[in-house]
Amino acid sequence: MGMSIQTVLSQVMLGLNNGVFYAILSLGLAVIFGLLNIVNFVHGALYMLGAYVALLGYSMLGPLLGKPDFHLNYWAALIVAPLVVGALGIAIEKTMLRRLRKFDHLYGLLLTFGLALIIQGVFTNYFNVSGDAYDGKPEVLNGVVDLGFMMFPKYRLWVIAISLAVCFGTWYVIERTKLGSYLRAGTENPELVKAFGINVPLMITLTYGFGVGLAAFAGVLAAPIYSVSPVMGSEMIITVFAVVVIGGMGSIMGSIVTGLLLGMVEGFTKVVYAPASGTVIFLIMVVVLLVKPTGLFGREA
Amino acid sequence: MPEARPKELLRIRELQAFYGESHILHGIDLGVGEGEVVTLLGRNGAGRTTILKAILGLVGRRTGSITIHGIETIALPTHRIAHLGIGYCPEERGIFSSLTVEENLLLPVVVGEGGLALPELYGMFPNLLERKHSLGTRLSGGEQQMLAMARILRTGARLLLLDEITEGLAPVIVQTLRKLIGQLKEKGFTIILVEQNFHFAAELADRHYVIDRGTIVDMIPRDQLASSTGKLNQYLGV
Repeated sequence: MGMSIQTVLSQVMLGLNNGVFYAILSLGLAVIFGLLNIVNFVHGALYMLGAYVALLGYSMLGPLLGKPDFHLNYWAALIVAPLVVGALGIAIEKTMLRRLRKFDHLYGLLLTFGLALIIQGVFTNYFNVSGDAYDGKPEVLNGVVDLGFMMFPKYRLWVIAISLAVCFGTWYVIERTKLGSYLRAGTENPELVKAFGINVPLMITLTYGFGVGLAAFAGVLAAPIYSVSPVMGSEMIITVFAVVVIGGMGSIMGSIVTGLLLGMVEGFTKVVYAPASGTVIFLIMVVVLLVKPTGLFGREA
Repeated sequence: MPEARPKELLRIRELQAFYGESHILHGIDLGVGEGEVVTLLGRNGAGRTTILKAILGLVGRRTGSITIHGIETIALPTHRIAHLGIGYCPEERGIFSSLTVEENLLLPVVVGEGGLALPELYGMFPNLLERKHSLGTRLSGGEQQMLAMARILRTGARLLLLDEITEGLAPVIVQTLRKLIGQLKEKGFTIILVEQNFHFAAELADRHYVIDRGTIVDMIPRDQLASSTGKLNQYLGV
């Protein structure tokens, strides 16, 4: 096998680039599962929606407003998409998920799965399933950077950097701040946190909004790399759920680290035996489930 | 009702409480004046804990009337009720295992004036200062109980709902807690204690309510406690 260290490093770098998407998406799932006890199957569809906010904001919003020259630029999309999708998430939580809180979390899973199918179905109806290119990538992020062992696209480096910053920033807020202590306490015993004067229903709503906002943020980051299509979310979410199962539901740092590692494992597999790169994560999932069913970082079932 | 009674802080009328299909409280009526200490006595499952939870709106459904400082709370959400100045120490203490001691201490929201500052609390409970960066449930049972008390003294709450705070603790710690409750009573706190028996609060409580099957079956004022011991033991099945 011709496996130069350079090839390995380059594939691992590209793998890390996928890994940050796994990390940011599974982080959102972990935060939502922790406080709402809901397996948020609509996560992938909202990631896709984030990418479409960027795409449509860039190419269609101007003409729609009667100003053909107006484009919602990339930087603005990074803020607008999470806000739009976060607001949608808040509406979903307030009108639907809230009513399911008393029931088994299977119902939340079914509801969000249904929502995902609806959103994806609507977009498949109006948009090209094979995908549209996003033309809004900023000038400064064009070109490549010399990493010593490879020439790496500047945009992908930016995606890795900003994703790591967002992931570890979120971890810091949850694990090290006062706001985070409310969230952790609410995850453990929401009734008691209410009795201590904290508006837990509001906290739950905002947490859901934040979690799906993260998905939309990832969607915008993905738009210039992958083609924007109605099925981009459902393709991504299958892998992300495997990541979540491997890492263990509900662990913040676990979901980040597992996402990054599995991206790199995928990249490495491409060098060793390329055909297996698509399935290696699921193989690991099977092994982890057999050996440690709560996941690598899972606390309890 | 005698004239000398202090101003009423809490008044419960015709309280019914339900968990799902089960009907737990069947018409509770009781009032607690400012600065009074009362106990709710009874066997396990009699409904004592449910009375405390119902005051905070932590039961599935409740009907009747609960006023705090004259404000009707039966339709208020739990966090709003807490803001009327209630401190709650649940059964099993409710220390959060994913929070440090200090985070546990700072968690409850300030709900009134006159709460103790952090240095004062650490002065009262030096063990907590030493271990403030440990996770809450790494503390011993006694230390956890002190933490559960300390964190509601910080908030300025004036009505304390304390659920079996002596459960499973060594006699020396029970003694410390009795002293603490005595000091709080002197400072004018209003306290409702849920207890298995009347010994812990015999000298502290103004009245003892005996709860059985979701109703109040008897009320014994402090001055009749000595003469009612036999009756009480019968109620409590000792």
